[in-house]
Amino acid sequence: MPTQEEIYTKVSDTLVEALNVEPEEIKPTSTLQGDLGAESIDFLDIVFRLEREFGIKIPRGELFPESIFQGDPEFVQNGRVTDKGLQELRDRMPFADLAAFEKNPEVSHLSDLFTVDLITRYIQGKLQSRN
Amino acid sequence: MRWIWIDRFVEFQSGKSARAVKNLSRAEDHFADHFPGWPIMPAVLILEGLAQTGGILVGEANQFREKVVLAKIPRAVFHREATAGEQLTYEVEMLHLRPEGASVTGRVLSDGALTAEAEIFFAHLDQSRSGQLFGDRNFVFSGEMQYLLGRLLKPGNASS
Repeated sequence: MPTQEEIYTKVSDTLVEALNVEPEEIKPTSTLQGDLGAESIDFLDIVFRLEREFGIKIPRGELFPESIFQGDPEFVQNGRVTDKGLQELRDRMPFADLAAFEKNPEVSHLSDLFTVDLITRYIQGKLQSRN
Repeated sequence: MRWIWIDRFVEFQSGKSARAVKNLSRAEDHFADHFPGWPIMPAVLILEGLAQTGGILVGEANQFREKVVLAKIPRAVFHREATAGEQLTYEVEMLHLRPEGASVTGRVLSDGALTAEAEIFFAHLDQSRSGQLFGDRNFVFSGEMQYLLGRLLKPGNASS
C-alpha cells in the first residue's frame, strides 16, 4: 500500500500528462477546472490514466458523480444544492471535503470540490478497500 | 474532396489493434500549398489518418453503433517529415474502451522510420444529445469508412 505522499505524487504526474500543465502549477488545493483548466472531456481522460497508473477500476460516476451536476431538480433548486442533494454528495463522495461547500452550496461552486487532494483521498480509499 | 486519409487496412484485431496504410501522392491538393516547391505532408493530416485508423478500431468494437468523435489528443510527437511517394503505416492499439469513450496509442512509420507518435482520445457522443444535434444518421462511420474495413475482413484476406 503506497503512502499518501506517493499517491499524491502519482496523481500529480497523471494530471501533468492529462492537462498538459507544469508540475509546479499543481498544489494539493488546486481545483481541476478553475486552477488547472480541465474541461469536461478531460475528466474521462483522467479516469483512464488513474486506472492505468494505480491498477484500479473506477466505475462511471464514482469519482465524478454526474446526477447532481446535471441539475436534477431533486438535488438542485434555484442554483443551489438542496439538503437532499447535499446528502447525496455525502453518500456518493465520502472522499470529498464538503465543509466549505455546505456553507454556501451554490451549484456554480461544485467544481471547486474537485481538487488534487480529493483525487488523492479517493485513490487512497480505493487502494485500502482493495487490500 | 473526400475526407478519407487512409487507403487500406492491412491488419485488424477487433477491440485490440489495427494497422492501415496511406500512400502519399503528389496529386493530393495539400502538397501544392504545403509548401510550394517543398511538398511535405501536413502533420495534422498525418494525425488525421492515425485518428481515422483508431476511430474505426473503436467504432468496430461496438459494431459501429456508437458515434465516435475525436475528443482530445493529449500527446503528439512528430519525428520526421513525410513527402510524396512514401507509404505511411498507421499502427494503433486500444488502451481503454468504456461506454463513455476510448483511448488509443498510435505510431506512424514510413519504411520502418518512426515518423510520428500520438495518444488519441475518443468520446462516444451521448445517444440522446447526438440525435438532437446531428439526426439519427451515423455521420461518423460513413459507408466509405466501413467499406475500407470490409475489404480487409472479407474471407481470404489476412485478418483475425
